[in-house]
Amino acid sequence: MSRLAVPKTYKLYIGGKFPRSESGRTYEVTTPAGEFVANAALASRKDARDAVVAARAAVKGWAGATAYNRGQVIYRIAEVLEGRRAQFIDEISRTEGVTEAAAGAQVDAAIDVWVWYAGWADKYAQVAGNGNPVAGPYFNLSVPEPTGVVAAIAPQQRVGTSLLGLAAVVAPIIVSGNTVVVVPNQQAPLSAITLAEVLATSDVPGGVINVLTGSPAEMAPWLAAHADVNALDLAGAADIEWVDLQLSAAETLKRVLAPVSGVPAPALERITAFTETKTVWHTKSML
Amino acid sequence: MSFLEYAPAPESTSILNLKSEYGLFIDGEFVDGSGEVFDTISPATEEVIARIAQADASDVDRAVAAARRAYDRTWSRMSGSDRGKYLFRIARLVQERSRELAVAESLDNGKPIRETRDVDVPLVAAWFFYYAGWADKLEYAGLGPNPRSLGVAAQVIPWNFPLLMLAWKIAPALAAGNTVVIKPAETTSLTAMLFAEILQQADLPAGVVNIVTGPGSTGQALVTHDDVNKVAFTGSTGVGRMIARQVAGSSKKLTLELGGKAANIVFDDAAIDQAVEGIVNGIFFNQGHVCCAGSRLLVQENVHDEVVDKLKYRLSTLRLGDPLDKNTDIGAINSAAQLERIRTLSDTGENEGAERWQLDCTIPEKGFWFRPTIFTRVSAAHTIAREEIFGPVLSVLTFRTPDEAIAKANNTPYGLSAGIWTEKASRMLAVADRLRAGVVWANTFNKFDPASPFGGYKESGYGREGGRQGLAAYLESAGWEAPAAIMASAASATTAASGGRKKTTKKAVAK
Repeated sequence: MSRLAVPKTYKLYIGGKFPRSESGRTYEVTTPAGEFVANAALASRKDARDAVVAARAAVKGWAGATAYNRGQVIYRIAEVLEGRRAQFIDEISRTEGVTEAAAGAQVDAAIDVWVWYAGWADKYAQVAGNGNPVAGPYFNLSVPEPTGVVAAIAPQQRVGTSLLGLAAVVAPIIVSGNTVVVVPNQQAPLSAITLAEVLATSDVPGGVINVLTGSPAEMAPWLAAHADVNALDLAGAADIEWVDLQLSAAETLKRVLAPVSGVPAPALERITAFTETKTVWHTKSML
Repeated sequence: MSFLEYAPAPESTSILNLKSEYGLFIDGEFVDGSGEVFDTISPATEEVIARIAQADASDVDRAVAAARRAYDRTWSRMSGSDRGKYLFRIARLVQERSRELAVAESLDNGKPIRETRDVDVPLVAAWFFYYAGWADKLEYAGLGPNPRSLGVAAQVIPWNFPLLMLAWKIAPALAAGNTVVIKPAETTSLTAMLFAEILQQADLPAGVVNIVTGPGSTGQALVTHDDVNKVAFTGSTGVGRMIARQVAGSSKKLTLELGGKAANIVFDDAAIDQAVEGIVNGIFFNQGHVCCAGSRLLVQENVHDEVVDKLKYRLSTLRLGDPLDKNTDIGAINSAAQLERIRTLSDTGENEGAERWQLDCTIPEKGFWFRPTIFTRVSAAHTIAREEIFGPVLSVLTFRTPDEAIAKANNTPYGLSAGIWTEKASRMLAVADRLRAGVVWANTFNKFDPASPFGGYKESGYGREGGRQGLAAYLESAGWEAPAAIMASAASATTAASGGRKKTTKKAVAK
């Protein structure tokens, strides 16, 4: 007699917890052929606002952690992800409709992205900052700092991005100490929520990464207009009205990264795009 | 005779050889503008100095076309070392003509000759010297190997530091290999025209720098021009927001240096006399027409009375008057419109319950003047504690603990600059860490240097000017070398993907 399966209920990930959408809405996640796979939570405006509140609350602790500590935590994500490869391969191959080999390659690539960015945590400030030889008796140093709360739209192509795209967008945002509210791949969102389970057990403080499954076209305008969001990563927004998002981001002079095609390549510039350079001058005595 | 009663020591204007009318500077030549010619006046006397051409959209077209030609045919093909040599030439010519530039700037802007002579013009030369040396070293700018210039840069600058802002914009743009079209502020175009003469003297190739004069509409035509690759703006947050909207959806790279409402924090262990000097410099330098001015003084409560008393005494020694007098500390407000804005906001301060104190001094009969002003009993909710006044008006607030000081300092949509006064280095560093501002001056204020990045957090804009970061604003990377293993697996993971994805993958793998 075959065993009756226990299907998973996928929820949102906000402030380190897994709530359902406050709106009670869900949507069907299917294979590319249209077969039902699972229900995912369809995040609402209130969920987006809650996520920004959680992200804001987490900034102080995360940005205040040592760079060494952030690097360790991000590397820990890679470790835990590695241990759950099989589950990700299953979800990716079903929702993206790719072979297990292709799904496996994506999981490996995602793990490597986390590892690559983990190594930047205690180095990007050395590469992007500098001591300044000013003409006068001053100690003068410029150091990049996280900008705060970043809202991101992960890559949305049906194939090849559901886990890797999320990692390639989220890792460079959080490595400097920002927190993020991310809208994952709408059609293949399951690995994003399973990744949240990884995050919840990887020492990532609650609120540092918040995952809102649902419609980027619906949620992005709220996030772009939110006055307590400091920056916007439109990586996966090419197919929605992203110029309007940039227009509403201009109201609060948010920093905006334009859409990319596919998965953003690992780059230091994705880290520095979400940092601010702080220059500190201090007088030197004339002895 | 008290020590304040020095005889006047006016700087001679005989060194100036001004024309009665200035045209636009396009493709290496002075040409007429298509719009109405307008007067530029001395804000200290309201006398007409010269007439300035106004560029309309067709003139902007011509200027952008000239910049594009110069970019394609000359400047982008020139070696970095040759570009650098042109910038060194410009730096030297600025130094040689420094006295003339200082007098012209003081006359046109209303700022004291002491400041143009000792601050503005020396920094202009320093800016060109600094970036000249970068021109042949772009691969060390932190963007990876072979960074590329962007193309034609559209630059719009304000009236508070006309020549210095021009240098901040032009020097890094040219060093990086871009050509520029720059628009000075309507009230302060004069020194840009003298600078154009310097470019001719330096034999800079035609079209590399083009200068279009006119009002906001000229600037709007420039930043929205289709053939512009980069927009750089310094000015108000309101206009910056509008520009951010105008370039949305385009591939134009944008940097904005916008307003500020800097907190200048004085702890009770500060060297008070030194702090008072810094507070004066922080808010009364350049008549307070400084986006990073220390316009909110946060004083620890137990030293409030002492600081304010000393501040008032120190202010009583300042001399307001003829900007061309070498003894003058406070010059004229740049325009009638700005004076009106300062008056309105100051009245609002009083109406909302703050206590106004103004320097008792003689105000010249003509021109635009505003007495150095201190508001005490200011709360964080007051308009004068929130809005940028851009004039010689200081708002004084108090705090009891470092946490309160930090919270009040950060309680603003702006984040350009901040000041900290304390003799305790560990506290200075801890407070500097938590201030959300792009420039933090500790036991000093309003210091600028071409090697030191300047720019804001939050609504004070994005990007930095000065230093390596200021150069990067005019470059794009040729692509970072991604670890091969990552991109190989990403490529195989995305084999089945649609065509749109290939570009990124290909680019990264090609590295």
